[in-house]
Amino acid sequence: MSDVADRVKKIVVEHLGVEEDKVVENASFIDDLGADSLDTVELVMAFEEEFGIEIPDDAAETIQTFGDAVKFINEAQ
Amino acid sequence: MFDLTGKTALVTGASGGIGGEIARALHAAGATVGLSGTRTEPLEALAADLGERAHVLPCNLSDPEAVAALPKQAVDAMGSVDILVNNAGITRDNLFMRMSDDEWQSVIDVNLTATFKLCKGVLRGMMKARWGRIVNISSVVGATGNPGQGNYAAAKAGMVGMSKSLAYEVASRGITVNTVAPGFIETAMTDKLTDDQKSAILTQIPTGRMGTPSEIAAAVLYLSSPEAAYVTGTTLHVNGGMAML
Repeated sequence: MSDVADRVKKIVVEHLGVEEDKVVENASFIDDLGADSLDTVELVMAFEEEFGIEIPDDAAETIQTFGDAVKFINEAQ
Repeated sequence: MFDLTGKTALVTGASGGIGGEIARALHAAGATVGLSGTRTEPLEALAADLGERAHVLPCNLSDPEAVAALPKQAVDAMGSVDILVNNAGITRDNLFMRMSDDEWQSVIDVNLTATFKLCKGVLRGMMKARWGRIVNISSVVGATGNPGQGNYAAAKAGMVGMSKSLAYEVASRGITVNTVAPGFIETAMTDKLTDDQKSAILTQIPTGRMGTPSEIAAAVLYLSSPEAAYVTGTTLHVNGGMAML
């Protein structure tokens, strides 16, 4: 697993209080990991800070799963 | 009670009568205050009077770029914004049928849109801190209407609906959003009224007098305090009984 994926997973586990093995490629933050819509905003904020990137609102809306987040961040860097 | 030691508060319209008293009350409770306003001179005078824990942050709320920059300036000066008091407001009164688009828009821009943008600008820090207090200063006319103030009443009523919506969204993060609705308060804004207008108004106020800025500041202090953690989405009317809502 890439370094980016590890760091994203750590943020998700800490923020949502879920087991690490639940955070898989297709895990939806809202449907599978128990996030509410405000949690997804906070996750995006946390990703921005961790990776020093800007995630515009329209892009943030496309980040629904753990895999989406890793892919977006890899491309943004 | 109401100890704000270690908290930081940004107050807009701090150059005015009510805003200045709000800043004084929060400061007296131990908060570090950011004094924002259009006119620098009264802000400097207030900061000098308060001494330590006071920062002057001039901002013209009719300038969108200045509004966007203010939350960051406040964080740079104070380290955070734990409490936001949107107190600044303007009036451009006119009969509805004579009201120009500019009179309408300028009041909406400063009283409502700037409030929205400042709330948005401080939320990130409050969300991370899991603590925040937003107090928006509305007006009794937002609830009752007032002839000649279609623009002002619309902005002040809009502020109430906006505050309630935001209160829902961020309640789980320890952030409260409330509104204080002053009635007639002794300020430069009400000084402009004629004696006849004033006596007509006083007949509508059960307490028989206008309110003072410090009576508004006391309401803001309460809603800014840790003790008010269970109060959110509400409007606290401070109007001497002129509208019992």
